[in-house]
Amino acid sequence: MNATALSVPVVGLAGASVLHSIFAPGFFTTGPVTAALVIGAVVALVSAPAGVLTVMRSQSFAGHAFSEVTATGGSAAYLAGVAPLLGYVVGSLVGAGAMGGLGVQRARNRDLVAGIVLGATLGLTALLLYLTTVSHSTTGAAVTVLFGSLFSVSSGDWLAAVALGGAALGVVTVTWRPLLLSSVSPELAAARGVRLRLLESAYLASVALSVALAAMTVGAILSTALLIGPAAAALRLAKSPGRACAWAAVIGLVAVWTGIVLAYDSYDWPPAHQGWPVSFFVVFLVLAIYVVAQLFGRAGSRRRPGTGQGGTALSGVGSLRRRGPGRG
Amino acid sequence: MPAIVTALRSLRASQDEAVRLGAGSSSVLSVRGLSVQLGGREVLHDVSFELGAGELTGLIGSNGAGKTTLLRALLGLQAVSAGTVTLSGRRERAAVGYVPQKVGLDPDLPVRARDLVALGIDGQRLGVGLRSAARRERVEALLQSVGASHLADARVGALSGGEQQRVLIAHALASSPKLLLLDEPLANLDLRSTQETVTLLATLARSRGMAVLVATHDINPLLPFMGRVVYLAEGRAASGTTDEVVRSDVLSALYGHHVDVLHAHGRVIVSVSDQHHDGPGQGWGPEPRGEALVGGPGGQEAPGEQQAPEGCDLAPDDCTDDAPQAWQP
Ligand SMILES: Nc1ncnc2c1ncn2[C@@H]1O[C@H](COP(=O)(O)OP(=O)(O)OP(=O)(O)O)[C@@H](O)[C@H]1O
Ligand SMILES: [Mg+2]
Repeated sequence: MNATALSVPVVGLAGASVLHSIFAPGFFTTGPVTAALVIGAVVALVSAPAGVLTVMRSQSFAGHAFSEVTATGGSAAYLAGVAPLLGYVVGSLVGAGAMGGLGVQRARNRDLVAGIVLGATLGLTALLLYLTTVSHSTTGAAVTVLFGSLFSVSSGDWLAAVALGGAALGVVTVTWRPLLLSSVSPELAAARGVRLRLLESAYLASVALSVALAAMTVGAILSTALLIGPAAAALRLAKSPGRACAWAAVIGLVAVWTGIVLAYDSYDWPPAHQGWPVSFFVVFLVLAIYVVAQLFGRAGSRRRPGTGQGGTALSGVGSLRRRGPGRG
Repeated sequence: MPAIVTALRSLRASQDEAVRLGAGSSSVLSVRGLSVQLGGREVLHDVSFELGAGELTGLIGSNGAGKTTLLRALLGLQAVSAGTVTLSGRRERAAVGYVPQKVGLDPDLPVRARDLVALGIDGQRLGVGLRSAARRERVEALLQSVGASHLADARVGALSGGEQQRVLIAHALASSPKLLLLDEPLANLDLRSTQETVTLLATLARSRGMAVLVATHDINPLLPFMGRVVYLAEGRAASGTTDEVVRSDVLSALYGHHVDVLHAHGRVIVSVSDQHHDGPGQGWGPEPRGEALVGGPGGQEAPGEQQAPEGCDLAPDDCTDDAPQAWQP
């Protein structure tokens, strides 16, 4: 190793050592790392359109709701001893069905449902995790469900992840135009004969699958960050909805893959030399990119898009502000 | 009073003859005996009228008169308790263009004017929609037809009210509708924009042979362009040419008590007095039933409260079915 290193020119040596310090030895040949990179890519691609639509529809609330029911599903899977992905998917799809049925999308009901139903869901998660800890005498399940453990996914899991991701992308692709129109204005969409209820179900299903996949990557609690963060940053940068999806996919991919690299490197870091959680890196990278996009984004106003009910009230203020004295 | 009711009846009866629609103009939409119940109250009762191709028709009524409700019923977004709505020709939703009263467009939506107009062409179809030069040209032609070419690349949410109005009209025109419904398109517009918009709508109606129905609480901006009027009050409607409808006897019959119609400087002032405090001018005050379709000498009027009805943003289930053009309860 030293002999080869000595024989290359100085520049090459420097480059190689920088590369080495970024991609620690064995990075690309480790099975779990490859699986993590594949799943990370799938999650980033699937979350992009689902996240863009979520932010456009001011329904980041739905994302939060999903992450909580997903945690319940995941912890139930641990207790039952089945694959966590199965738990995540079942949990979030049940959540989607409940949300569609209850009409949680109505702003009026959001606080109520958040306060009561989702609180109970999280309580149920606590019970399931407690039972798992007691019966399996391990605390690993709690950390995995809540905060993810991307390097411990089995090789069968990533095939399932690719299949589910493909399904979610398929749903969004097929329903894209009416989904977009109804996200811009439900009234305009309804006037064109678009079936809002049916579309809402398609949208909720794709978000549910995205959140379930994100739960594998960064854990159920943080899965919303991966859904909303890249999309919110993308909406600052892109001019059209299509380009917003592309931006969100790129941002998500950069955050997840960089997070994986850093997490792998962190096995050499203090205090325990056991590696820092992937979710920490991913979520902080998303935040950093969002802040940068917020500072340099091309959109004129300084407000954040779509964090709920405030949106429409504020939009009036925005357009008033824009209507300068010399116009009209 | 009976004489007036008879006058109303004969007005309705005569609508059955296409003569009403003016020379050479064929009926695009025919509404017969339409009634709508909302919250246990009959908001519209036995409303009948026809809209002719190439004509601009005013749908006049004060706040809460049922203008939005009527437009939504015509679109099939509002269930009706009685009556029929018949659209001639193409049997599809795309044949009706709609510009809602209130479209809350977030300034941060990454949707340009051209994206919104493109969604007007085929936003209801499945799939992502392939871009093509022809499609692009069509979008540009539509924007040009409403004088909004320069707004093509601006975010719709960031446009001013009047600019947004034009883009929304282009969106509604994109499916080449035979009937265009606009809900309070003149609210929040200044004098110049009001006149430009009305002129634009009249021009579009004529050049496209399209029936245009404009809901508004102020009849005056429409007067020079409007062939016919549908006047809503007390849940009922009177329709015909402006001269036939905007008259003291007809409107008194509609309101069920005395109404004065004054003409001043080419403008119409409808003075609705409350039954209990009779006398002209009373209606201009703050009485709840009072209505004054008045403007200053410039024709500009402070728009009243323009509130979208509760639940308007989410259509009920049955609203979104691919209903044929005649909706029968
Ligand atoms: N969902 C509803 N439930 C009960 N009543 C309703 C509902 N929607 C509207 N209404 C009532 O129906 C009447 C007509 O309302 P509509 O919105 O059609 O009036 P409008 O003529 O459009 O008024 P504006 O000029 O203020 O827009 C009003 O009295 C309103 O209170
Ligand atoms: Mg209205």
